[in-house]
Amino acid sequence: MIAKEYLAVLLGMGLVTFLPRWLPLVYLTKRNLPSWLVEWLDLIPAAILSALLLPELVTGGAPRALDLLRPELMVAAPTLLFAIFTKSLGGTVITGMLLYWLAGKLF
Amino acid sequence: MNLRELKHSLTRGDRRSAFSKGVAAAWPICLGYAPIGLAFGVLAQKAGLTPLEIGLMSVIVFAGSSQFIAVSMLSAGASMASIVATAFVVNLRHFLMSSALAVYLKNSDRKKLTFFSYGVTDESFAVNLTRFRESAWDLNSALVTNFTANITWLMATVLGGFSGQFIPAHAFGIDYALIAMFICLLVFQLRGSVYVITAIIAGVFAVFLSILIPGNSYIVIASMAAAAIGVVLKTRAGSGEES
Repeated sequence: MIAKEYLAVLLGMGLVTFLPRWLPLVYLTKRNLPSWLVEWLDLIPAAILSALLLPELVTGGAPRALDLLRPELMVAAPTLLFAIFTKSLGGTVITGMLLYWLAGKLF
Repeated sequence: MNLRELKHSLTRGDRRSAFSKGVAAAWPICLGYAPIGLAFGVLAQKAGLTPLEIGLMSVIVFAGSSQFIAVSMLSAGASMASIVATAFVVNLRHFLMSSALAVYLKNSDRKKLTFFSYGVTDESFAVNLTRFRESAWDLNSALVTNFTANITWLMATVLGGFSGQFIPAHAFGIDYALIAMFICLLVFQLRGSVYVITAIIAGVFAVFLSILIPGNSYIVIASMAAAAIGVVLKTRAGSGEES
């Protein structure tokens, strides 16, 4: 049995997570965007990936604090080099996992 | 542009290849979702949710971080309004991601776009955007990628809800799968000095903001600001910086 309140929470959450995903895709694909907006959007992926990634590598705990000794960061350096030289997504994922696993054994 | 359209129409005709390409692109995402989904299922089950309730949340909401937050808020007895408001704020970053994807999906079928938008996550965004830029990628394959990731997430979360913990946590460095994927996808994005500078500004800014302000709004603020700075730098540098 699903409680009505729980279902209501889910539908509310579903709506507010769907709209930000949906609106830009149905609106922006129908329009010609000004060139500054296209250039800005072109830089968004590099920016957002870096903004997602770096705090995971150099901060930890709750509330977050700077922590430069995390195994996540140590493993990131060789993983980054592997990605730059091989350009292989699958290989990078496997290498990163392997190194992280080894780091866990060592430290 | 002609070549791109040609490729586009060819792949569209070949549904099988769109399917297998989409699944193939999804595997790093699935590898990352499996342990996180299991962990979520275990946590949700401990918070009193049934596997059915867990599965419903994974289908209706389909957003990792806000699902974790919702479960902890539910077990803390938070109000419905506050849970929904939190989910909204936590997932606002997808607005930026969908906007960036829209550049590659001009005049696409509205129904497909709607289904596609449902599956936009940090991970599927990064994978699909990289593929779209490589041009031999179409909305059908992208849809398959999203739904493969979605189904993996659904199954992992429900399995976690059933099983408690029969898979050892942190096995084989699997916790690092998504971080390694993001590292590689970021490398793919760095196609010139403007991209590198923008990424560095965004990363450093995000680190500081993540320490200073609670929640995850640092992602949106840092990336919007860094991309704006990048555009200014690009304009100043003139047309010499075209990729």
